[in-house]
Amino acid sequence: MLDVQKIRADFPILHQSVNGKPLVYLDNGATSQKPRAVINSLVHYYERDNSNVHRGLHALSMRATDAYEGARARLAKFINAADSAEIIFTRGTTESINIVARSWGHAHLKPGDVVLTTEIEHHSNLIPWQQAARVSGATLKYVPVLGADAEGGLDLAALDQLLTPKVKVFAFTHISNTLGTINPIAEFCRRARAVGAITVIDAAQSIGHAPFDVQALGADFVSFSGHKMCGPTGIGVLYGRRALLDKLAPDETGGGMVSNVTYEDARWKPAPERFEAGTPNIADAIALGVACDYLDAIGRDQIAAHDAALSRYAMEQLSTLPGIRIIGPRVGAERSGLASFSFADVHAHDIVTFADEDGVALRGGHHCNQPLMRKLGLTGTTRASFYLYNTEGEIDVLVASLHRTLKFFGTT
Amino acid sequence: MSADLTELYQQVILDHNKRPRNRGKLPTANRVAHGDNPTCGDQCSVYLRLEPSTSGTPARIAEISFDGSGCAISQASASLMTTQVKGKTAPEVEALYKNFHDIVTTGNAPEEISDLAAFAGVHAFPARIKCATLGWHAAIEALKAEPHETTTESHTD
Repeated sequence: MLDVQKIRADFPILHQSVNGKPLVYLDNGATSQKPRAVINSLVHYYERDNSNVHRGLHALSMRATDAYEGARARLAKFINAADSAEIIFTRGTTESINIVARSWGHAHLKPGDVVLTTEIEHHSNLIPWQQAARVSGATLKYVPVLGADAEGGLDLAALDQLLTPKVKVFAFTHISNTLGTINPIAEFCRRARAVGAITVIDAAQSIGHAPFDVQALGADFVSFSGHKMCGPTGIGVLYGRRALLDKLAPDETGGGMVSNVTYEDARWKPAPERFEAGTPNIADAIALGVACDYLDAIGRDQIAAHDAALSRYAMEQLSTLPGIRIIGPRVGAERSGLASFSFADVHAHDIVTFADEDGVALRGGHHCNQPLMRKLGLTGTTRASFYLYNTEGEIDVLVASLHRTLKFFGTT
Repeated sequence: MSADLTELYQQVILDHNKRPRNRGKLPTANRVAHGDNPTCGDQCSVYLRLEPSTSGTPARIAEISFDGSGCAISQASASLMTTQVKGKTAPEVEALYKNFHDIVTTGNAPEEISDLAAFAGVHAFPARIKCATLGWHAAIEALKAEPHETTTESHTD
């Protein structure tokens, strides 16, 4: 059991009023809040160590380089990568996936190949593959999601049909940001390997919420963002298996990623520098390492259990609301720490505006998942997403707010 | 409920949201345009029949309807818009939209503008201004659009 009150004391932002009510922050799927240790790390870096990395021979540059490379090693440990050279710092999940889709896609995809992804991907793991398929002439296919409310998860029987030796890459999310569905990613990796396809995992929603072991999975590429795991915005990771990274051409070129340059040509450094052209986001990388320390001191297995308990409680409470349509796994089924729902007569944006009046931060809209919304016959849903500092009491505040909103619109 | 929220969800707005006027496709339309609000997924199509004038004056909107899905603010605004622009020319609609835009961005409503003033409360919620203006944008686009002989095809994009 998490000591939630102790954890809440670590997050300065939570202790404020919004519209005269105590803030109830339930928009963690969009971004998480930051513990004081992460904030202090940023201040410390800029007040004490700020310098460019890998270039200077002076004390500050060496301190900055040590801290930056230390963060890389910390991230490697966080996902159990075999080698810290497999950790490439990026701006976030979107940039990470784009690097793979462009660099790997450009080198390997050709007409007749199949790029396989799923119907429940965030736009960031969908559009880069649309583009890669368009440029290469490969065919893009989707593993369908089952059920009128997408409650059945991905269609594993269809996956049998779709996952042929023509598939060169299988890109899928670990946890759906819209549905809360937890995909069987170990099975996906195993089955992709069996047909010789590489795997690209979007771990944005899961990485700060549950243990993640790239070696146990046998994953080829994994992408995630720092800001959803208690770290800063503007920093994220692309994990790539060393054997693949060594053969991969850079997506961007410039300073810091070259070993030898002439007027005619340039030679690349090995990974990870090959993929980090220009001055990297040093301060935020270091702070992300601190976020790893913070989460691991609490225990990601504990956080996962806390998320699951809150999710279960939220589903039980929400399902008592008249006219609610819950999207994703049914009440009682396994789901991540989020609830996504709609009402026939009250639009998500009206709900979010009313909840905000009660101090509750929610997300309303299509959640960067427009094709899925269309498939479900929705323009959007309201989403409440939980993290380690949320409580059952906050879910009660949410449900009371929803009751008031429904009453106002005359649907109850 | 706070004063701001009461101001935002005026009775006029709730009424138009619950009982939208001129909702649905217009079989006789010769102009159509589609508006999207990509941040929230709201959609609004506006259909109108523009009646050319014989005396050299600008064409007027003879019939208008809207279709789509979205929040109460966007649906009510589109509904109210259809009741306000019927019979008007393109320059008149644009002038009316300018008034409406001023109302939703400043909260100040001139006295002669009655129903549109219901949207003055939007100004306290900057994120919702785009909801209130979506139908208007679609109407103005429809006035500029190429004439359609048949407008029964669906707009699913």
